[in-house]
Amino acid sequence: MAKDDLLGASLWDAYSNKVTTLMNNPQHQGEIFQAEAEKRGHKLIVADFGAESCGDAVRLYWEIDPKTDIIVNSKFKSFGCGTAIASSDVMTELCIGKTVAEAVKITNIDVELALRDNPDTPAVPPQKMHCSVMAYDVIKKAAGLYMGVDSESFEEEIIVCECARVSLGTVKEVIRLNNLKTVEQITDYTKAGGFCKSCIRPGGHEAREYYLVDILADTRKEMDEEKMKAAADASASGEAKFENMTLVQQIKAVDAVIDENVRQFLIMDGGNMEVIDIKKGDDYVDIYIRYMGACSGCASSSTSTLYAIESTLKDKLSKNIRVLPI
Amino acid sequence: MQVYLDNNATTMVDPKVVDVMLPFFSELYGNPNSLHKFGTASHPALSKAIDQVYTALNAADADDIVFTSCATESNNWVLQSVFIDHIVNGDKNHIVTTEVEHPSVLSTCKFLEEQGVKVTYLPVNEQGVVEAHVVKSFITDKTALVSIMWASNETGMIFPIKEIGEICKEKGVLFHSDGVQAIGKIPVDLSAVHVDFVSMSAHKFHGPKGIGALYIKDSQKLTPLLHGGEHMGGRRSGTLNVPFIVGMGKAIELATTNMQETMSKIRAKRDRLEDALLELSETFTIGDRENRTPNTILISIRGVEGEGMLWDLNNGEIGASTGSACASADLEANTVMLAIGADNELAHTGIRLSLSRFTTDGEIDYTISHFKDAVARLRAISSSFAKQQPTKGGEAQACEMH
Repeated sequence: MAKDDLLGASLWDAYSNKVTTLMNNPQHQGEIFQAEAEKRGHKLIVADFGAESCGDAVRLYWEIDPKTDIIVNSKFKSFGCGTAIASSDVMTELCIGKTVAEAVKITNIDVELALRDNPDTPAVPPQKMHCSVMAYDVIKKAAGLYMGVDSESFEEEIIVCECARVSLGTVKEVIRLNNLKTVEQITDYTKAGGFCKSCIRPGGHEAREYYLVDILADTRKEMDEEKMKAAADASASGEAKFENMTLVQQIKAVDAVIDENVRQFLIMDGGNMEVIDIKKGDDYVDIYIRYMGACSGCASSSTSTLYAIESTLKDKLSKNIRVLPI
Repeated sequence: MQVYLDNNATTMVDPKVVDVMLPFFSELYGNPNSLHKFGTASHPALSKAIDQVYTALNAADADDIVFTSCATESNNWVLQSVFIDHIVNGDKNHIVTTEVEHPSVLSTCKFLEEQGVKVTYLPVNEQGVVEAHVVKSFITDKTALVSIMWASNETGMIFPIKEIGEICKEKGVLFHSDGVQAIGKIPVDLSAVHVDFVSMSAHKFHGPKGIGALYIKDSQKLTPLLHGGEHMGGRRSGTLNVPFIVGMGKAIELATTNMQETMSKIRAKRDRLEDALLELSETFTIGDRENRTPNTILISIRGVEGEGMLWDLNNGEIGASTGSACASADLEANTVMLAIGADNELAHTGIRLSLSRFTTDGEIDYTISHFKDAVARLRAISSSFAKQQPTKGGEAQACEMH
């Protein structure tokens, strides 16, 4: 929120002139009928997407020359708002003259670009971007019908945000590469979630298979686990610097060294020891230990045994270690 | 011609109201709390405004009607202070309201839920009205407050406030009603109805924006929302908005004097408009006219999406309103529309037309003509009326929507 957001922008003022013009006077609105297409020796494909009860519905008509696979004519019918009608109109315009294989490459982003008055100004406000997505969906459906394949097969990757066409792989990658911690950051980096907002979290305009909040949480969890694992591996192989470990890692590392090199000798003498605490100072890392059994009260526990423990830990973990019995 | 048919959103300030406000900007500008004559100069006009509001609502002298900035403030005040007085500092933990309240009630209830309060959102019937026996069945020993609107902003439907008031009285539960859409449109007699708190806003009855009030029965306890001084008997701090209070007094007087006569004229225009629009095929309106505020129509037009319809009406310089999700900034479907819709269609095809006493017969004629043209144009584009059926396999599945 800032000064520009104080007064909610007027939805309609953010439409391009092209959107306004096409809403008021769509060029390709209408129907193509089976009989007339057949008379011209062409194949008619009619595909629906959406429904009135959902708030948006479009019917796309393609008249295709079967010899060349070229879409020779295209029309649409639309139940929807101004941007839905304008998007459908531009969609049909973009289809005409293309082969079906070319047309299926038209995305919602192409539709939105074609609606712009100039290349740098979006044609519609962010929340209206989803209207153009339907144009893309219905094209895929029509192409699937013509080619006799499932329309989903045209999608090469899992799309999380359809408005900005951002894939699951891209979202995960930017989270990892840039160490992103919030959904807002994901939107800043990828534009995903910046339009109709459905993909941010459940409960939005439409239900989605993947939500940014979940992808973020899962990816962060994976990153944390990997970090922990890397740290654990490093400490096990002695690579990590003792001073930089977390307290738990330090305790584990100390215990591991004691178990391997010291404890057996103490137990042989009827004693034992435990690590009480580890405190990190500016120059030293102090490890507080407690002797148990025969060791407590043993004369060498403050001299040669202590020296042996300390020198082993210094050798294995860090020269800055001091061992303090309490 | 331009026609304003969005009077449930806000109204034109009556020029007579503007006239009584004007002296209190640059002539009589003193702070009414000051002792000097600049301060006291506005007292007669303020007293008059208070009288006008009490008279219009038939409130007793023992009641408080406290001026606020708007009904949103009044609604927040009741809900948040009942929470403080009876939930935080009492043994209650429950509020009963409806699914179709104004966002200033619903959002405040959501906020209180986050604070641990249990809130019951009552459903409405196919008329868009919550039934009194439903309210009764959800009141428990723990219920602190029942908050139910007097009339709906979306449908104009009038709620059984008198019956609900009796139930709340019998159960010993506080009763608040958001009266924004009722006051100035239907008789509101606060001596004939048991209600503890009523919210109102002047701009809904040809007064200025930024002034409203909260009625508090018998001056009962309600912790202030705004602390800071002695204004309004210590109930609501902030220097009195003198010109706007004076304007609200005049506006409520104008709206309630000869109300039956004024409203029967509005009703006649509304009914004529409604009858004409219902001549269009596959249209329906929500709620019995007899139990509706006399100025409101909510009509569903099959195959015509609400925002698209609003667009075409706007091209004809007609201002109306839609609950269509497409027209909202966040694309969220209007919960009121979903609550009353026989199916989801209403949420996308509903157009609300709300008249005022300034609406003329000529404007109604113009609207009927332009409205029908717009429906014809949009239905010609609409996929709902397309004849060529989809290729086999090309039919839409249910709601794969965007």
